[in-house]
Amino acid sequence: MKDPANALALRRSARWERLGLLGLVAPALLLITLTMLLPVGWLFYLSVLSDAGDWSLEHYRRMWEQPSYGRTFLATFEVSALTTAICILLGYPLAYFLSEIPKRAANLCMIAVLLPLWTSLLVRTYAWLVLLQRRGLINSWGIELGLWDEPLALVHNLAGTLIGMVHVMLPFLVLPLYSAMRAIDRNYLRAAANLGASPLRSFWLVFFPLAMPGLATGALIVFILCLGFYVTPAVLGGGKVIMVSSRIASDIEIFFNWGAASALGVVLLALTAALIVAASRLVRIDGVVGRHEAP
Amino acid sequence: MNWLERPATDTQITHRARLWLYAAAVLVMLLLVLPTLLVIPMSFSASQYLEFPPREWSLRWYRSYFSSNSWMQATATSLKAGLLTAILATPLATMAAYGLHVSRLRYANWLSMLLLAPIVVPVILIGIGVFYAYVKLKLVNSMLGLVLAHSMLAIPVVMLVVGSALKTFDMDQELVARSLGASRIRAFLLVTLPQIKFSVVTGAVLAFLTSFDEIIVALFISGGANSTLTRNMFNALRDQVDPTIAAISTLIVAVTSLLLVFTQFGSRTHRQ
Repeated sequence: MKDPANALALRRSARWERLGLLGLVAPALLLITLTMLLPVGWLFYLSVLSDAGDWSLEHYRRMWEQPSYGRTFLATFEVSALTTAICILLGYPLAYFLSEIPKRAANLCMIAVLLPLWTSLLVRTYAWLVLLQRRGLINSWGIELGLWDEPLALVHNLAGTLIGMVHVMLPFLVLPLYSAMRAIDRNYLRAAANLGASPLRSFWLVFFPLAMPGLATGALIVFILCLGFYVTPAVLGGGKVIMVSSRIASDIEIFFNWGAASALGVVLLALTAALIVAASRLVRIDGVVGRHEAP
Repeated sequence: MNWLERPATDTQITHRARLWLYAAAVLVMLLLVLPTLLVIPMSFSASQYLEFPPREWSLRWYRSYFSSNSWMQATATSLKAGLLTAILATPLATMAAYGLHVSRLRYANWLSMLLLAPIVVPVILIGIGVFYAYVKLKLVNSMLGLVLAHSMLAIPVVMLVVGSALKTFDMDQELVARSLGASRIRAFLLVTLPQIKFSVVTGAVLAFLTSFDEIIVALFISGGANSTLTRNMFNALRDQVDPTIAAISTLIVAVTSLLLVFTQFGSRTHRQ
């Protein structure tokens, strides 16, 4: 027999417990609110203030009117798109290979994909700087083998930036693509072959569409991460590749123009958020984010 | 029978027809791994231009690193910030992951989105935001400010690791402990925590690495005596190719690998 007073007490204690559990979240939330949510929110506010301190959209208007901002965004999209394309070109065969070999061997090969993720970004960028410089390994080997005569300018330009960014981004493409390919039931391919499809035809009509969600996830993650990239273009681009992030940094470091930097940041965040929303409509991303932490 | 003529799949594609794929995959894997590994022997080169293979071996760049006061100070700052970040972020993130996992509140999803925001928002935006706040709070160039900012970046990482461990943990065990009279905290500490402890340790290591590897936020808010190692490296890289950095890179790779092998090894022996 249930005693109503008892039920009430139970319900109340359940509510208290739930609040207590929520209290566990509070310290982390407080720290993130104070060091991130509020400051970034404050930047939103700064972006809609004029230099005189009134409400105004002048920073956004200037972004629209000055061609140099347009060039910055164009360069950002160009670098991000090129990086994504090269990553697909290099990552697709690798992911396909990994999904076709026995799982044990694939796990071993996976080290090659995961090792860069664990290595400091700066160390990897430095490695490319050393390899690509005028008297670096690539140039001296290329000349020794007679591939080219003069040292090529491989760094402090777009080429260097792309090489470095592809190296950083490739694992983010390969991981989701590989797990999508691994999950494909190979019986479909057997069926296609049985019905007379050539290997190429069965790949194109059966395998490729089935692996598409993995490819889309990987490509979107790479593209989104590229949009906000700062370190690699700053080091390997040598000031010739100005992406949105570099522009934000120089607005602060050189011009102390908080309004302009904030407006750029808001646009960058909006673009990122729009892409993430679009991506989450297409595919589930959350399963991918945590995966590379625990192979 | 020749291996090349054997079928690679059961749709009669031979290994010979697949050679291009094997070659492409091996090339891409080398591309991923080699650059970092090449720096290691090159750091022992005596030349300013870091040859490979080094014509003359020397510890010159290691000496230049260990004898430089500014590099030593930056290293100490980074190690200290990393340790303090792990100490602060790991319990906060573990508590949050547990709280979100156990409470079945409708707005738990929203809360976890807020907590994961630092890995979604472009870091440059976080960097200038924190810088702006720290100018007002007079926390620029302070160890406290650095640790708070790095903990904010590390909390989502630790949360993801601990959260995924909690998902595979059978919460009924905690229920049993509580029905036997243990308080919620006691049940967590004595039943749950020992079983997810390797994820918590992995989380702590990742928190340390998040702080240790972090560049952009440190670029804005650390400086003077509290300038981090990566910040100094980044600034040195923008000017010229300083071979001392090859030595530092090698040391960083060594320490990072050791840490990760340690956590991997720990989780493996745990599973057996």
